[in-house]
Amino acid sequence: MAPQSRRSGHSRKAQYSRFTSYLVASIGVFIGAFLLGISLWQPGSFSGIRGVASDVVEPVGQAGAVTRASGGGLLDTVAGYFYAGSQNAALKSELETARIRLAEAEATEQENARLKELLGLAEANAEPVTLARITGSTASSARRFAYINAGRSDGVSSGMPVRSERGIVGRVLEVASGTSRVLLLTDSESVLPVRRTKDNVVAFAEGRGDGLLRIRLINLGINPLKPGDIFVTSGAGGYYQPGVAVAVLTETRPDGGLAQMIADPAGTDFVRVEPIWQPGAVDAATQSPNDPLSDPASAR
Amino acid sequence: MIKSEYEPSRRPAFTARNINREASPFLSTLVPYSSIVIGSILPTVVVSSSIGFVPPLGFLLLIGWRLMRPGLLPSWVGLPLGAIDDLFSGQPFGSAILLWSLTMLAIEWFEARFPWRGFAQDWLAATIATGLYVVLCVAASGASMNPALLAAMLPQLLLSLLLYPIIAQMVSSLDKFRLMPIREIR
Repeated sequence: MAPQSRRSGHSRKAQYSRFTSYLVASIGVFIGAFLLGISLWQPGSFSGIRGVASDVVEPVGQAGAVTRASGGGLLDTVAGYFYAGSQNAALKSELETARIRLAEAEATEQENARLKELLGLAEANAEPVTLARITGSTASSARRFAYINAGRSDGVSSGMPVRSERGIVGRVLEVASGTSRVLLLTDSESVLPVRRTKDNVVAFAEGRGDGLLRIRLINLGINPLKPGDIFVTSGAGGYYQPGVAVAVLTETRPDGGLAQMIADPAGTDFVRVEPIWQPGAVDAATQSPNDPLSDPASAR
Repeated sequence: MIKSEYEPSRRPAFTARNINREASPFLSTLVPYSSIVIGSILPTVVVSSSIGFVPPLGFLLLIGWRLMRPGLLPSWVGLPLGAIDDLFSGQPFGSAILLWSLTMLAIEWFEARFPWRGFAQDWLAATIATGLYVVLCVAASGASMNPALLAAMLPQLLLSLLLYPIIAQMVSSLDKFRLMPIREIR
């Protein structure tokens, strides 16, 4: 490419306008550095304008979500024809075992109900705040956020758990009027208290930023975990209702292990936004332990 | 056939319909900016829960326009366009303002030293700029650094480096569209 004239020549106007554009670009560098510092120090500081922006492009995300869902359905339909025979045989044998397991589950359910009655626990399956579609995610950043098409006008507020039919997806971080930003479990800043399903080994599930969750045991000692162990929410912290599926262990490490998320947002169409399980406990966690709780009734 | 070159049909048609046309100033200003903004928004439509593998399209288009059409974008353009990118990228607000402004100044410096250059030099400059940008974005993202996270960003880095020829092709066709003679001079 031929070089353009890089000299401003004797024209004062050209010299000044070139100087001004360099000056403004340098000021841009400083403004950027200053705003970045504020954002890292107070991550929620620009949530207002971010929310307006995500509300504006929401129709694009909505169209993308619909295309993704129908596209996936079409591929599944085509693949279904190819695997029909072998799948039929596999499903028949699976059905046999499923019938047996169902009977076992019925027995467990009866026992469960009886024990709950003994303990006087109410069924804690909360009504969802709203149903929403995942309209997008920050696919070009090292942070893992997703956007859903429900916001303040649907009753969503920050801190609410987001789950699909398979398990926990994440937690609402920022709310705009028609969209919200969800912190996914795989984000490196996400921490979730979990327990193993078969016993009460408690741990923290932390995002690693590469799609896996790091399970860190609270009680260190001999690591009791084995690949294939399933982790559910423990309810500690008050945000998430206990007993919702979170992750499957794939690899053991000295202090716990690595686990894979059960509810992958890329494979989910609709998600439920649920109310915060124990708002009293969440409020209490933000207060100083020396002060009495502001509203003892809400702490239940 | 030599004769075919002189056939009337092969000549550019200077008819009354397009002899008095020039590029629309509205379109020629709008296209570069709107393509960069659309490039910033597009990666958010992809749902990826595990890693951020989609190249930063807004940034790639910015350096594409900057390297292929010097002087079209003013050097302070990183401030407004970076602010828009920050709203969608998931990075902390300010990171793209900082890095895009720095990129514009760095390319300005590069251009003063290498005024004559071809596609290969442009690709090399884009490779250096994009590589540094992807790494610095991870550093500025506020994510807790660990080796696994850095390894997970490698696919994005490689994709971004290899995408420049396609971006250059896109920019040149957008440039053709931008300078389409549609405005009538009276």
